[in-house]
Amino acid sequence: MAARSIDTRLSRRRFVQVVSLGTAGFAVGCSDTQPPSATPPAAAPEPATLSDLNTFIRIGSDNAITVIVKHLDKGQGTTTGLAAIVAEELGAEWVQMRTEFAPADASRYNNLFFGPTQGTGGSTSIANSWMQLRNAAAAAREMLRAAAAERWQVDSAATRVERGQVIAGDKIATFGELAAAASKITPPAEPTLKDPSEFTLLGTHLPRLDSAAKTDGSQQFTMDLSRPGMRIAVVARPPRFGGRATNVDASAALAVPGVEEVVEIPRGIAVLADSFHSATKGRQALVIEWDDSTAEMRGTEQIRRDFRAFLDKPGIVTRNEGDTSVAVADAATTLTTDFEFPFLAHTTMEPLDCIAEVTADGVELWTGSQLQTVDQAVAAAIAGVDPAKVTIHTQYAGGSFGRRATPDADVVGEAVSIAMAQTDKRPVKVIWSREDDVTGGRYRPMAIHRITGSLAADGTITGWDQRIVSQSIAKGTPFEAMMENGIDPSAVEGARELPYAIPNLRVDLHLADTGVPVLWWRSVGHTHTAYATEVFLDQLAREAGQDPLELRRRLLEGQPRFLAVLNKAAEAAGWGESLEAGRGRGIALHKSFNSFVAQVADVTISESGELTVDRVVCAVDCGFALTPDVVKAQMEGGIGYGLSAALREAVTMTDGVVDQKNFDTYRPLRIHEMPDIDVQIVNSGEAPTGVGEPGTPPVAPALANAIAAATGQVVTALPIATQVRDG
Amino acid sequence: MSVKFSLNGETVETDAPSDKPLLWVLREDLGKTGTKFGCGIAQCGACTVHIDGNATRSCVLPVSAVAGRSVTTIEGLGGPTATAVQAAWRDLDVVQCGYCQSGQIMSATALLEANPTPSDEDIDRQMAGNLCRCATYHRIRAAIHRAADQAEDA
Repeated sequence: MAARSIDTRLSRRRFVQVVSLGTAGFAVGCSDTQPPSATPPAAAPEPATLSDLNTFIRIGSDNAITVIVKHLDKGQGTTTGLAAIVAEELGAEWVQMRTEFAPADASRYNNLFFGPTQGTGGSTSIANSWMQLRNAAAAAREMLRAAAAERWQVDSAATRVERGQVIAGDKIATFGELAAAASKITPPAEPTLKDPSEFTLLGTHLPRLDSAAKTDGSQQFTMDLSRPGMRIAVVARPPRFGGRATNVDASAALAVPGVEEVVEIPRGIAVLADSFHSATKGRQALVIEWDDSTAEMRGTEQIRRDFRAFLDKPGIVTRNEGDTSVAVADAATTLTTDFEFPFLAHTTMEPLDCIAEVTADGVELWTGSQLQTVDQAVAAAIAGVDPAKVTIHTQYAGGSFGRRATPDADVVGEAVSIAMAQTDKRPVKVIWSREDDVTGGRYRPMAIHRITGSLAADGTITGWDQRIVSQSIAKGTPFEAMMENGIDPSAVEGARELPYAIPNLRVDLHLADTGVPVLWWRSVGHTHTAYATEVFLDQLAREAGQDPLELRRRLLEGQPRFLAVLNKAAEAAGWGESLEAGRGRGIALHKSFNSFVAQVADVTISESGELTVDRVVCAVDCGFALTPDVVKAQMEGGIGYGLSAALREAVTMTDGVVDQKNFDTYRPLRIHEMPDIDVQIVNSGEAPTGVGEPGTPPVAPALANAIAAATGQVVTALPIATQVRDG
Repeated sequence: MSVKFSLNGETVETDAPSDKPLLWVLREDLGKTGTKFGCGIAQCGACTVHIDGNATRSCVLPVSAVAGRSVTTIEGLGGPTATAVQAAWRDLDVVQCGYCQSGQIMSATALLEANPTPSDEDIDRQMAGNLCRCATYHRIRAAIHRAADQAEDA
C-alpha cells in the first residue's frame, strides 16, 4: 500500500501544477461554459475521465471536483461559496475545487425560492443551495466510501474520508480513483451531514476560485466570446420610452464599410456588421422617424410632481397597528418629513450583451443569464421552438446588481429577434454601448415617502404613519404574481417590516404608473425604505433629545439579532466619542434578505461645505458566514454601491428624454471617494442568509445621519449632492 | 492602409480602418480580449493598456496613432512589478465581477513603475480614472501598497 500513497502524492503534485497555471487550470474546470471557439487552454492536462455523482457534483479521474453551479456569479462570489459547501461536506481539499455553470434546466436547477424557475436574485444563492448542496455532497461522500469498501472488500463503516481521499486502515484511494465506481452506486436517501463542529473549511478564509483568471485577463465574459461567422449588432432604440420607429432610411447605414444588414425588431432598428466599430457607425447613419404618440413624454420633474399629488390621499394599507390618527391627535409633538428618491441606473461594468445562434435544432445563447428559465421561455417564443430547445451557456457576468434579471429577457430577446430577422441566419452578438445602458431604462423606481411621527411629552414615540408613492416593478410583467392585494412588496419592503416597538404604526402605498421601465436594483425597495425610516428615526431622536443609538436599543428590546449588530457596529466605531467641529457620526440599521446589518458612517464637512466620507463601520449577521472574506467583500462592495448612489447618482429626464448618457454625466463613486471600511461579522449561529444586497441599504441613512450630526441639516432628497456639496 | 506596431513584444500588422479604436483592434482583430470595453469615452479605464510604458485608454485612440509604438495588454504584462501587482491582487482577493480588473491592474502597474512607493493620495490620483462598480476600491488600494512593499523587499 505504500505504492498507492506515493501515487496519491504524485497525482496531487501534478494537480497543484495545473492549478498554479491559473488560467489553464481554471479554463479546464469551466470547459463547458466556454464556447467551442474560445481560446483553448494553453497547457491542457491529459484528458480526465469525468464521473457525475449527482446533479451537482462531477469528479474527474484527475481528482478535480467540479461543482455544477445553478446560480449566476456576477461578482458576488457564488462560485466560491457553493464550491465551499461541497468541499466541506464531501471532505475534499480546496485546491481540488472547480465550478461550472449549470445548463438552463429548471427541472434540476430551479431556485428553490423561485418555484419552477431557475434564476439568481434576492441574495438567495447561499441560503438556497446550503442544504441542497450539503445533501448532494454528503451523498457523494457516502458513494465514494461505498466504492472504496467494495474495492477493498471491507465494511463501508470501516472507511473514512480525509482531504480528498477515502481511507481504511492502510488502504487509501483518492476521490478521483474512486469516482467512476462511485457514480454507479445507488445514492443514499438520507445521507448523514457533518456536524458543524467538524467543519474545517467553512468559516475559514478560502481564496476565491475566480481570482487568478480575473487577474491575468484570461477570464472571458460574454463580451469576449466569438462564434464562427458571428456578426456584431447594435440597436437604435426609441429616444423616449414607449416610442416606436415609423420610417427608416437605412441606405446611408448600409453604405458604411463593414455594415452587412439592417433589420427591424420590436425593440428598434438593428445594424449588423463585421465589428462593433462598423455597427456603431452604421447606427449613427440611420435616419429614423420616431412616433412618440405612445411614449412617456414627461420629464422627471413632472413625474415627481405627479407622484407628490398622491401624498395627500390614502393609499393601499400594507401594515396597520393601533391607530395612528389617535396617536397624532394625542401627541405632544408631531413631525412630518417627505423623502424623495430618483431613478437609478445599474451601470454594470460589462455592458449588456448576448450571443444568439439559431440552428435547425433550436437556439443557443451565450450570456450572463440571471433568470435562465425566463430567458429560455422568451427566446423559445421568439424563435418558435420548444423551451427545451433553447440552450443557455451561462457566463460569468461583469456585474448585474439586478440588471440582468429582466421579466422580458431584454438583451436576450433582442439577440434572438435579430438572429431570426437576418436573411442569412448567422450567430449574432448584441452589444449595448454605455449610452444604450444609461438611457435604456430598467431603473430603480422613483419613490417619495411621507412619514409623520408622533411623540408623547416624555419623548416616547407613539405613532408612525408612512406613505410611499412609487412604481411597481412586477405589475404588468410575468412576475405580477408577486403582487399582494394591489401591493407590490418590492415598493414597501423594509418599511412595512419596521422592527421598532411603536404602538401605532401604519404604512400605505400608492403605485403610480410611468412609461419608464423599472427593475430591481441592488436591495430593491430597501434602497429607499431604509433611508426614509432610519433618517426619520434620527429626526425623532433629535426632536426628543435622545441619543440615536439609545433610542434604537430601547425600541428593539427582545430582538437580539438586531441588537447584536447594532451594538457591535457602535462599539467598533467608538460611538459616543466626542468629535471635533465639522465631523459627524451617524448610525443606521436595516434587515434585508434575512440578514441584519448596522453601519456607522463618519463624515467631515469642510469649512467651505465639502463633504468627505471618512469611514464606514459595518456589522453583519448573515447567519453562519461560510466564506467570511467573501461576506466582507460583499459588505464593502454593497457599501460602495450604496454610497455611490447616495452621493451623486440620479437618472433625470427632460420631456421624456434621459439627460445622462455615459460615465461623464452618470458618475459613480471613484477610488478617492471610497472611505475606509471595517466589517465585523456577528455569528448568530443561524442558517446562512443573503450578503449580496444587505450591505447596501444602511449606508445612505448612516451617511445622512452623520451629516445631520455634523451640520443639523437633514438630507431629504437623494442624491446628497443636490443638497450638500460633495467633495 | 495597414498599421504596424509592437504588441506584447511581437510585431503585428493590421489593415483595420485607421479610425478604428485600438481597443477594438486588440479585441476583435488580434484576439486580445483581456482589455475591456466599458464606456467608449475614456471615462472608466476598463480599456487601459500601456503604450510605450504609459497607461493609456485604448477606447478613444485610433489604431493609426500607435503605428511604430509598443503596446502592452494584460496578456503581455510581465516583469517584477506586474508580477507583484497580480500576486497582491490574488492574495487579497481584490476581484468581484472582475470586468474592470485588467484596466485596474494596468493602471496600478504603470503607477508602481513610475512611483515604487506611492502614498494613498498618489494611488487615488493615478487610479481615479478606473471605475469599479463592485467598489473593490479599498482592496485595490491595499493591494497596491502590498505590491509596493513586496517589490521593495525583493
